[in-house]
Amino acid sequence: MTNVTMTVNGKSVSGEVKGNTLLSDFLREDLRLTGTHVGCDTSQCGACVVHVNGEAVKSCTMFAAEADGADVGTIEGQANADGSLNVIQQAFQDHHGLQCGFCTPGMVMSAAALLKENPNPTETEIRDYLEGNICRCTGYHNIVKAIMAASGQAVPAVAAE
Amino acid sequence: MPKDHGIGASPKRREDVRFLTGAGNYTDDINVHGQAYVHFLRSDMAHGKINSIDTSAAEGMPGVVKIFTGADFEGVGGIPCGWQVTDKHGEPMQEPAHPVLAQGKVRHVGDPYAAVVADSLEEARNAAEAIVADIDELDPVVDMGKALEDGATKVHDDLNNNLCYDWQFGTDTETTDKAFAEAAHVTTLELVNQRLVANPMEPRVAVGDYSRANDEHTLYTTSQNPHVIRLLMGAFVLGIPEHKLRVVAPDVGGGFGTKIFHYAEEAFCTFAAKACNRPVKWTSSRSEAFMSDAHGRDHVTTIELALDKDNNFLAVRTDTKANMGAYLSTFASSVPTWLHGTLMAGNYKTPAVQVNVKAVFTTTVPVDAYRGAGRPEATFQLERVIDKAARELNVDPIALRRQNFVTQFPYATPVAVEYDTGDYDATMNKMEELMDIPGFAARRAASEASGKLRGLGINCFIEACGIAPSNLVGQLGARAGLYDAATVRVNATGSISVMVGAHSHGQGHETVFPQVVAEMLGIDESMVEIVHGDTSKIPFGMGTYGSRSLAVCGSAMVRATEKIINKAKKIAGHLLEASESDIELKDGQFSVAGTDKSVAWGDVTLAAYVPHNYPLEDIEPGLEETAFYDPANFTYPAGAYACEVEVDPDTGKVTIEKFVSADDFGNVVNPMIVEGQVHGGIAQGIGQALLENCAYDENGQLLSASYMDYAMPRADDLPHMDNYMVDHSCQTPCTHNPLGVKGCGEAGAIGSPPTVVNAVIDALHSGGHTHVSHIDMPVSPSRVWSAINGQ
Repeated sequence: MTNVTMTVNGKSVSGEVKGNTLLSDFLREDLRLTGTHVGCDTSQCGACVVHVNGEAVKSCTMFAAEADGADVGTIEGQANADGSLNVIQQAFQDHHGLQCGFCTPGMVMSAAALLKENPNPTETEIRDYLEGNICRCTGYHNIVKAIMAASGQAVPAVAAE
Repeated sequence: MPKDHGIGASPKRREDVRFLTGAGNYTDDINVHGQAYVHFLRSDMAHGKINSIDTSAAEGMPGVVKIFTGADFEGVGGIPCGWQVTDKHGEPMQEPAHPVLAQGKVRHVGDPYAAVVADSLEEARNAAEAIVADIDELDPVVDMGKALEDGATKVHDDLNNNLCYDWQFGTDTETTDKAFAEAAHVTTLELVNQRLVANPMEPRVAVGDYSRANDEHTLYTTSQNPHVIRLLMGAFVLGIPEHKLRVVAPDVGGGFGTKIFHYAEEAFCTFAAKACNRPVKWTSSRSEAFMSDAHGRDHVTTIELALDKDNNFLAVRTDTKANMGAYLSTFASSVPTWLHGTLMAGNYKTPAVQVNVKAVFTTTVPVDAYRGAGRPEATFQLERVIDKAARELNVDPIALRRQNFVTQFPYATPVAVEYDTGDYDATMNKMEELMDIPGFAARRAASEASGKLRGLGINCFIEACGIAPSNLVGQLGARAGLYDAATVRVNATGSISVMVGAHSHGQGHETVFPQVVAEMLGIDESMVEIVHGDTSKIPFGMGTYGSRSLAVCGSAMVRATEKIINKAKKIAGHLLEASESDIELKDGQFSVAGTDKSVAWGDVTLAAYVPHNYPLEDIEPGLEETAFYDPANFTYPAGAYACEVEVDPDTGKVTIEKFVSADDFGNVVNPMIVEGQVHGGIAQGIGQALLENCAYDENGQLLSASYMDYAMPRADDLPHMDNYMVDHSCQTPCTHNPLGVKGCGEAGAIGSPPTVVNAVIDALHSGGHTHVSHIDMPVSPSRVWSAINGQ
């Protein structure tokens, strides 16, 4: 067992982990931050994406011990200080960018990483960037729209009769 | 001015906030104090005889609580099938036993034959390594044709052969043969509707818990229909009466059909929790999901279409082999029969339609309903053969379809169903308008200038949703009723909890259902909360599948709300000292017609629960009503789809350049959610058309058991926003349910695969590759390249 200390969503946390404990398991089981989801076992689906030192990382593909000393951000830490949804989260709700919600945390975390490195992405750039995030519900259309909206680009509003 | 609330509005989804902040409560997020973990040993061979399973070395390993094999489940019921199909000779289908853990034989890669329960998952896995299973490999049964040959290896030794049933349906043989004999033209097509895996992003999870204090079982599970699981597992597998068994399906991360069924792992965790006197949890890995979630589709079909000299359809005849896999999953037998055969008339007034289906056992994962369930298979065959006929006859594929459309409603098809309403020309017109078909020639020229072939694919579909009524499906072999139920509980201060049998796993019921109740009562939607997913809280309803939630459960909710209104008017009449027949409800106010006397909604609800001034001699206190709704008929959504593809003739790569859907879903309660459902369905249909394939080799090894091997559609596989339109403005309301709704969940997955394949064939023909009449899905680069090059 190894003692690890890291900052998660701005708070210092520590715990005893085995050498083979995945970061996703540490977050979900030890810290009970269950918003980070595990949808596959081959690092393909992206439901487990978190931020480690500002970079998007698939937390199922990193040992908790490797994150010792790191600054980790998860979906639970994304809302504004007053608890309201942040710009990306709000855009996902406004544009119906989620259905069952299971891939959503990873999508939001990937979108945040994309907009950090490319604040004004084209549709093609967004679609390319989401190569590592699988959604089975939405067909991606409204996810792409939400990310464009979050970046301040004009997109059509949702339909109403 | 678009509506901002009530029916027809698109309010923001209330469930989104918890999902966007990591506060969802999915089954794997549930840990019960003291829980142990189970690891299943699963067969790595397609077919084998179990000689012995030696668990002795594993039993003493660290953390091991208990080890189970098939022997522990002798005397326990097997996993049941919910639909008995009768074959064309009047005999019931062959129905094999399906033990919770394999007994005697393993029958597919992934078939569980032992289970280790331990303090941790790691300890369970370590102990599993020490179990010695002596299993003799037997010949696999993979190819359906070979499985039906005389003397073929049998999947189930106690059955006569591998034929589950030989089913025939629709027009009699003499009439059908006569129509073909008199035809001016017959088009024939052989095709495969490949095996798919539903792949909801949340893998299945089950947590069993048992209370010795009161002999009560609880199962937390990833299900689309908790009451169905409670009934099937309680009554048929474990012998637990309903009042001692609670099934909870909390937030569920997508279903698409594969979470309808009752699975062995659910029964195992419930059983083991009592046997171990500890909660037992199982979380499927994705690889495990690929070899244990019921698969979808897997039909091999020959379809023939007969036309007269004026291109009127005379007859359709199909001959299908449908793969059941190794065991009968919950609704497996109904998919190739009643959910497929009844749709073979499509949108067309073809006078003779005959459907023949042989269902076959093989040593593969069981196959059951996946988004569309039988209807995508029907649509694919019919729309591909129509397209081929149009090409052979050199007629416009849109004109050929229009000429044969059903135009008079109600319309009784030769395959037993009666379409209540529809307007197929309207959706075709809308599709043509949105697709800009006159502009296609210029777009094709532009593609050709860059060395690409461009094709236009057209498709129509009809589906049957809200499967019903119970007395009909009972005659057809269903072992369940197909109604749904809702309880509307009005609280003293006027807020409302609606307990529904439908289950939301992405569909947004928590947002949509309140739109309906609030509009009926004239109150704010925020006063209405939907409760679902827990058998201890909701009335006995059948859950969510087959695009039924709003059409069936929503109708129950309307009926229950009507009862609420009737009683509330009686109370209001008393409070206002007027006859209840003079009371009107508008905008949350009860008023006496023609006067300015009124009481508010909250006054009436408070009176119901604080009945100081109340007609106790006439009506009971309280304001809570339940309704069960059993529809009179299916609903029949329909539509016209179109797609333009570009094919790179050098590589065979296909890209979707433009896609349009024009659907008729009847009335629409929440357009935003309807469009989202169609987007998702189309993505799955495009996935089937271009990417996805659940592949077995000749030894029955599952080759596609991870996302490294099974090609899921990604964001860059789908058309860009400017070239993608989903429309539902054509609306012929359902004539037999109170909301006039038809269902929209499966349309996209049904309508899109033939649209894409039709477009690819059109592209290849435009490039002079006229020898290519069909390519089986997925239309991958290698398949397209091989077809172009005659290989």
